[in-house]
Amino acid sequence: MTDLSMTKTPLLTVEHLTMRFGGLVANSDVSFVANNAEITAIIGPNGAGKTTLFNCITGFYTPTVGRLTLRHPDGKEFLLERMPGYRISQQASVARTFQNIRLFGGMSVLENLVVAQHNKLIRASGFSIAGLLGLPSYRKAESEAIDLAKYWLDRVRLLDFADWSAGNLPYGAQRRLEIARAMCTEPVLLCLDEPAAGLNPRESGELAELLTFIRDDHKTGVLLIEHDMSVVMRISDHVVVLDYGRKISDGDPAFVKNDPAVIRAYLGEDEDAELPAEVANDLPEVAQNDVKRAEEGA
Amino acid sequence: MTALSVSSPRSIAWPAILKEAAITAFVALLLTVPLVGLRTVDRPTGLGLETRWAEVAAAVGLVFLGRLGLCLIRDGQPTVVLVLAAAATAAGFLIQMPTEALRVILIAGGAIIAIRAAIAIRTGRSKLSQAERDQRMDRIAAKVQHASRWLGPIAVVVALAFPMTPLADRQLLDIGILLLTYIMLGWGLNIVVGLAGLLDLGYVAFYAVGAYSYALLAHYFGLSFWVCLPLAGLLAAGSGVLLGFPVLRLRGDYFAIVTLGFGEIIRIILVNWYQFTGGPNGISGIPRPSFFGVADFVRSPPEGTLAFHEMFGLEFSPLHRIVFLYYLILVLALVVNVFTLRIRKLPLGRAWEALREDDIACASLGINRTNMKLAAFAIAAMFGGFAGSFFATRQGFISPESFTFIESAIILAIVVLGGMGSQIGVVVATLLVIGLPEAFRELADYRMLAFGMGMVLIMLWRPRGLLAHRDPTILLYGRNGKGAGGAAAGTAAAGGQGIAGGRAK
Repeated sequence: MTDLSMTKTPLLTVEHLTMRFGGLVANSDVSFVANNAEITAIIGPNGAGKTTLFNCITGFYTPTVGRLTLRHPDGKEFLLERMPGYRISQQASVARTFQNIRLFGGMSVLENLVVAQHNKLIRASGFSIAGLLGLPSYRKAESEAIDLAKYWLDRVRLLDFADWSAGNLPYGAQRRLEIARAMCTEPVLLCLDEPAAGLNPRESGELAELLTFIRDDHKTGVLLIEHDMSVVMRISDHVVVLDYGRKISDGDPAFVKNDPAVIRAYLGEDEDAELPAEVANDLPEVAQNDVKRAEEGA
Repeated sequence: MTALSVSSPRSIAWPAILKEAAITAFVALLLTVPLVGLRTVDRPTGLGLETRWAEVAAAVGLVFLGRLGLCLIRDGQPTVVLVLAAAATAAGFLIQMPTEALRVILIAGGAIIAIRAAIAIRTGRSKLSQAERDQRMDRIAAKVQHASRWLGPIAVVVALAFPMTPLADRQLLDIGILLLTYIMLGWGLNIVVGLAGLLDLGYVAFYAVGAYSYALLAHYFGLSFWVCLPLAGLLAAGSGVLLGFPVLRLRGDYFAIVTLGFGEIIRIILVNWYQFTGGPNGISGIPRPSFFGVADFVRSPPEGTLAFHEMFGLEFSPLHRIVFLYYLILVLALVVNVFTLRIRKLPLGRAWEALREDDIACASLGINRTNMKLAAFAIAAMFGGFAGSFFATRQGFISPESFTFIESAIILAIVVLGGMGSQIGVVVATLLVIGLPEAFRELADYRMLAFGMGMVLIMLWRPRGLLAHRDPTILLYGRNGKGAGGAAAGTAAAGGQGIAGGRAK
């Protein structure tokens, strides 16, 4: 926190991102910047193209048009749209969670977090050869991996459940575990797809705390899709609003909350403003007639 | 006492019961008329039909009585049924039935109904619910899994000691070799199907590649078994990679279909490329293995070479080679087992299991799915290749007939029945699938019927395999620590309801 300009460096730059599926345009010319060690929320009504945007950033889709630049704090640059899916996590250090939780349900909680450190460990295991021979270098790497897993389990209050099957955890705990698993890959950018969905108010409060902790103490950028406005407005540093695949607003939470374009997208058009003048003038009369007719009928 | 409390409240509704039994008997009639009643026989005048109505009548009668027994158990008369069913079982042993198969049906059916009746008397209920049964079976599976820690070494010691016991005659040793071959193949396929979750329907292709690698290398270049064994493994692994590259991008059913096709392609190549592979005639005179290239298992060795019995100063016995083959396949199988047990605890093995659970999540964690799957494919293929070259050297003769789809299906059945990913399950399933038909050879054609019935029953009672139970590969709190209960109870549901429930919410 000594140098504010340090934390304000852009981490992810999205430029003119367009994603088409045949005739359907899911994202159209979306551009925004997510800064390092900030929480950037992406909000918008259902079907606005938020998850598609995420899938483009995390390599599940290749965007039709556009450029996605990820700039690590140490200066390394990655063009995400040119990387195959798994490399985005492996090399560019982008981690994500899923809207419908995707844990390894049959495996234990601890195993889930160790699998997340796969790339580190498989190198340490000499692509299994050193591991098969039981060399000490691999054992050291594994115990370090377990320590990291324990750290995050402690953070998400699941340490007591380490040996449970992930699929048997309650829903809220599964959400937290998925975040812990993503953090175990030691990302610079964490993408969370509706992490508060299905959580009760107390749980979403804890989630907000966890995300601010990740931002402040790990200096990790967080990209957040969320419908729960109480969470979004409380913790976001920056909000991007999508509607029908387009960006309609972009700014800090206070600005976005009062942006007429955003209100229109969420609450619908202001009908009076849109009606032609003569119709609008007639409206009170029509309404009175209706009332009269209703009274006569009664 | 419990039996009384069950029987008192309800009177027996004879018409309903008789109707139910009659319907069941009718279904049995429909099935047995074509399956049992009619039989084609080769007559000098041409193909003729033989009818066996006595057997049909007996089978239908048995089904009628069996259903009646089950209905009576349900209606609270388990004691009577128990006595009658036990009597029927005993009668099966004593009286002569029209055919051997009917006798077996009588004994087995009587025993099953007697057991049901006994359970009903003990628990006061005619039937356990599906969930209760699952829970019980899961507990048994977990116990067996834990017991395998000491049961495994005991089994290995027994297997090692077996050829030295007086029991070990030629026939039993041959059955032992056969069982161990299938156990090895099952363990090999378990890597792909059980750990990585890739449904491979063409595993026998790699078995064939291994067998033909050795046979052809020995035939054309005169290479010995000990040189060819690693080569066969490498070639099989190579063919696994070759197949894997284009195929691994496919998922689920599509993947299964392509592997099925690959298995057939290999077989058809072997049949049609007769200039090289000998075609349908196969390759004969494949050299037998030597004692690690040092001594041969022959009575009178050629000049300048050593015979096994001379080397150890023993009396010559043709059994020596069989015993050696037995130990060879035992060691090969154990290598596969140890490898699998170890790899499960390494990043590669954990990545396989993670791929089986959710491969999209794996991609999001930066796991190179293609490489991981290729590794699983190649390693399993290598073990298949080892088994294949063992098969070639044991038989001394191979032909494409040995590598048909049914072999793949049997190996897959072993893995699935045993419980995917369970090493001990493979052993148990091999004993059931290969051992039982061998033991009941006198049943002739009916053993396949019994085999099919066994499969159906297992799929009904235990769809995820007999011993499907997964132990975590690392435990933070040890075996009996915090959450051990949760984990044990958890694995049971994790395969199905656990995940489904979690996602559905």
